[in-house]
Amino acid sequence: MIAPAAIALAGAVDEGFFRDRSSDTLACEARPDEVFCFGWARENIDRFLTPTLEHLEMVVASVAAGFVVAFALALLAHRRGWLRPPLLAATGVLYTIPSLALFFLLLPLTGLGRTTAIVVLAAYTLQIIYRNTIIGLANVPAATKDAARGMGYTERQVLWRVELPLALPEIVAGLRVATVSTVALATLAVFVGAGGLGTQIYGGGNLTFPTSVLIAAAIVILMALVLEAALLLAQRRLTPWRRARAS
Amino acid sequence: MSAALPAASFGGAIDFIFGKQESNVTGGRKVGGLEQALELTLKQLEVTLLALALALVVALPLGLWLGHRGRGELLAVGIGNAGRAIPELALIALVAALIGVGMVTVTPALAVLGVPPILTNAFVGVRQVDRAVVDAARGIGMSELEIVRKVELPLAVPTVMGGVRSAAIAIVATATIAPLAGVVTLGDYIINASIYGEDGRLAGAILVALLALALEGALALVQRLLTSDGLRLQTP
Repeated sequence: MIAPAAIALAGAVDEGFFRDRSSDTLACEARPDEVFCFGWARENIDRFLTPTLEHLEMVVASVAAGFVVAFALALLAHRRGWLRPPLLAATGVLYTIPSLALFFLLLPLTGLGRTTAIVVLAAYTLQIIYRNTIIGLANVPAATKDAARGMGYTERQVLWRVELPLALPEIVAGLRVATVSTVALATLAVFVGAGGLGTQIYGGGNLTFPTSVLIAAAIVILMALVLEAALLLAQRRLTPWRRARAS
Repeated sequence: MSAALPAASFGGAIDFIFGKQESNVTGGRKVGGLEQALELTLKQLEVTLLALALALVVALPLGLWLGHRGRGELLAVGIGNAGRAIPELALIALVAALIGVGMVTVTPALAVLGVPPILTNAFVGVRQVDRAVVDAARGIGMSELEIVRKVELPLAVPTVMGGVRSAAIAIVATATIAPLAGVVTLGDYIINASIYGEDGRLAGAILVALLALALEGALALVQRLLTSDGLRLQTP
């Protein structure tokens, strides 16, 4: 019973599969058919901590910056209707340009590093947040706004106490889409030297080996799921009346 | 590394696109110039359109049929949400490492990014079609396939094309990093700056941006042509 396992283990040790600390990838590269190298993963999981935190920081900063700008633009366009189409077109252009290209178009202005990455990732979120905010505000029933005005609300009060709360589900939906795509896109920030999980996929100018790529991809997808769930939870807490109506 | 190279300028990038120049790396072989720029642009367009076509073939019939039957909402919408979370850099890296490099492996990998938006939008577009219209079509004796083809699809064109455009944006953006998997697109100028220099890298960024905008413009035109006149009157 024990013999085959022991032989396999001896073989694995012979091939250098088990090491005290195989921070180099030799042990795994020796077996190219191995898709996922658990030995390496166990010993090197700690090297993903810093990139994960960098990644999260970059995503939060980009989405926050994108939200502030897009929200301000949407409020402006809400007041002045003629601004809506040109702003939609402008944010659409930013959304269409591939982020890798936008990184290097900005490079002469902002240089290598975190700033360029955050500006580009934020620019990419503008379209979806702007559009959803506009749609959310447009979907508020006119009768509700009239009722608020009838109660003596000023235009500012109508906006902040009636329109925005009712538009919140759409706004958060836009934020969720923007956040999830930013988590995935931020892997490209490695090309402008901004760190993040991309460093574990494309390190030192070369593609890293599959085990590392798979771990990095898993962390990216997990981060996207967690952030999306957090936003959904926040939306539920902020709109208690929707739950009351549903039940 | 790149910090040691002279900084890029837009003038230098334009020169790079229009005239060949010496490279620090290739040993006499000149880089840049219109001919090379055109070759790489066409390669990127080719792999993008092939992947988009593949994604359409897979996702459009499935989305339309699920929408028509009103089934699989969880699948159609869930895939759309999950698709956005795929890190494209990891996708390309894994394809290159595990399956192999070249057009044959990169095209399906890029198509994977195009499937979610097309599937979701086809489903949603068909679901949004007024059920009374579908019942009327059934009443005048159309078969289920005819209903999809002659009633639901034409009415869903704006939504379906929205999905196709999202897919095209995702695919053309990721085709930029395809040189990592052996398909030499315009992204080669950006990724291999040690060969092309900083001006070449900026030139690549400019060309990629122009290509993406041109593609988006072309698809917007296609959408106009496919949208029936009746629909256009409704939505100014």
